[in-house]
Order: sequence, then C-alpha cells, then structure tokens
Amino acid sequence: MIDIGLGHYLTLGAVIFSIGVIGIFLNRKNIIVILMSIELILLAVNINLVAFSIYLGDLAGQVFTLFILTVAAAEAAIGLAIIVVYFRNSGTIRVEEIDKLKG
Amino acid sequence: MIAHAIFFYTFSIIAVVSAIMVTASKNTVHSVFFLILDFISISCLFIMIGAEFLGMIMLIVYVGAVAVLFLFVVMMLNVAQQKNQWFAGQSTSKHIPIGLIISTLIFFEIIIVIGGWKYKPEIFDINNSLANTSVSNTHSLGQILYTDYIHIFQISGMILLVAMIGAIVLTFRQRSGVKRQSYIKQISRERVEGVEVLEVQSNKGVKIDD
Repeated sequence: MIDIGLGHYLTLGAVIFSIGVIGIFLNRKNIIVILMSIELILLAVNINLVAFSIYLGDLAGQVFTLFILTVAAAEAAIGLAIIVVYFRNSGTIRVEEIDKLKG
Repeated sequence: MIAHAIFFYTFSIIAVVSAIMVTASKNTVHSVFFLILDFISISCLFIMIGAEFLGMIMLIVYVGAVAVLFLFVVMMLNVAQQKNQWFAGQSTSKHIPIGLIISTLIFFEIIIVIGGWKYKPEIFDINNSLANTSVSNTHSLGQILYTDYIHIFQISGMILLVAMIGAIVLTFRQRSGVKRQSYIKQISRERVEGVEVLEVQSNKGVKIDD
C-alpha cells in the first residue's frame, strides 16, 4: 500500500474511466455534462499513458498525451459550438428532449 | 516514499470524489467546478510522478481554457437553473441499471487486465525512470517533439485550426439591422453619386430632394 507503483496509477485511471462511463449512461440533465464525462474519460487515458511513460522510461507516451490534449480541446470547442447552435434552434439541451432523430 | 504515498492518496481521493461529483451534482455549474478540481489534482499527480511539462500544460489548457469554455457555455445557455431531478422520471430510470452494469463490467475488465499484466521486476524501480536523468522533462520532450514527432505536431496544429474555423462557422449568424462598415462600398463610391453642383439662384435657395 505504501509503495506506490504503476498499478496504483492504472487503478486510478480505471476508476476515473468508469466514473466517466457511468456519467454518460446515468446523466439525465443536459448534454454539457455528457461532454464533461467524455473529458473525464480522456483524462483517465492520459493518466494511463503518463504512468506507463514514466515507469517504462519511454517519452512517447507523454508525446501522445500531448496530442490527446490537443484533440480533447478541439473536441470540446466543436461540441460546445454544436450545443450552442442546437440551443439557439430548439431552446433546450436536456437529454430527454433531444429526440429529433428518433434513434 | 511515505510522502509519495501520502500525496498520491490525497490527490487521487480528491480526483475520484470530484469525478463522482461531476456526474452526480445537480447544478451544472457545480459540475464544471468539480471538473476543474479534478484536472488540478490530476495535474498535481503528473507533476509528482515526474511529468512536469504535461502537468503544467494540463493546468493551462484544461483549467485555463477548456473548463472556462464549459463554464462560459453553461452560464450563457442558462441551464444552471434547471433543477433537474436526478434519478427521476419513469422513462429514464431504465437506463440506470444498464449503465451501472456496463460501467462496473468495464471497471472489472480493466482491473483484470492490470492484474494479469506481467511486469519486469526492474520496471517498478522508479530510479530507472526519466525523472533522474540530467536533462529535464521539458527539455527531453522538446527534443523529441520537434524532431521525431514533427509531422504529428503539425497535424495537431491543423486540427486546432480546423476546430477553430468550425466553431466560428457553426456559431456565426448574420443578424439583420446591424450597421456594418463595408469597404467595397466605400472604395467604389463615385464622385457622381456623392456630390452634385447646383446653380443657386438668388432669393430662392436650394431645394434638396431626397
């Protein structure tokens, strides 16, 4: 317990990943919380990559984390723009009321 | 080693609790603040483990840009006042067991994969990690980021450009009734439509018809 190793960081990543998945499934509020859950999932992936990169002594994991950060920022910008446009058109971003596609 | 363990457990407990609060809190603004707390504690973990550059970048990019963007959109769309009942409504409650089952399944799958992973024994020794080399983390990252990964780096710059253009195009709207300066109209204006020379007769004045 005291000796912090790679497994501790991977477990932390797994816990945060699962919390993100729970957030996507259980969310009944608005779509923004779903986007935040996706950010949590990306954060868990970043934890895994950085932990492996440090413990294996290979910097490629940190470079990949940098690119994941870039893609996450782009995704947040585009997703929030889509949400703003949707709210402007239909007046709501509640999850239950977004059913135009009848999926 | 004790201090390492203490800091790890502190920051990871803060991270997990705030991640739970992101999904569970009723107010969306509170969710954004818990997301910020989560990012801060994870970046503290990164700095502690030896990835200082990524920790700082995470602080700047996520807390400074992405989370503030979320906060801005939440406050602009005025969804914070929607006091939505979590776990309420009969049509929505059927998602809850499915979601719990799937996420616990994913969690245990990941745990099984971690438990079955075979480590070389010297991997656990933190002394062979990059933290103890002579060059700093930022220096060594920059050395390979601009040489080995230069194409991917530039592609990620293009991704950011495309995201910026896409966000602007999506949210741009042409409003009527707004007076704008039009350079084309200003430059292409001729003397004929601008001024007119009138013959002014005495005691009559000039009648301007418009």
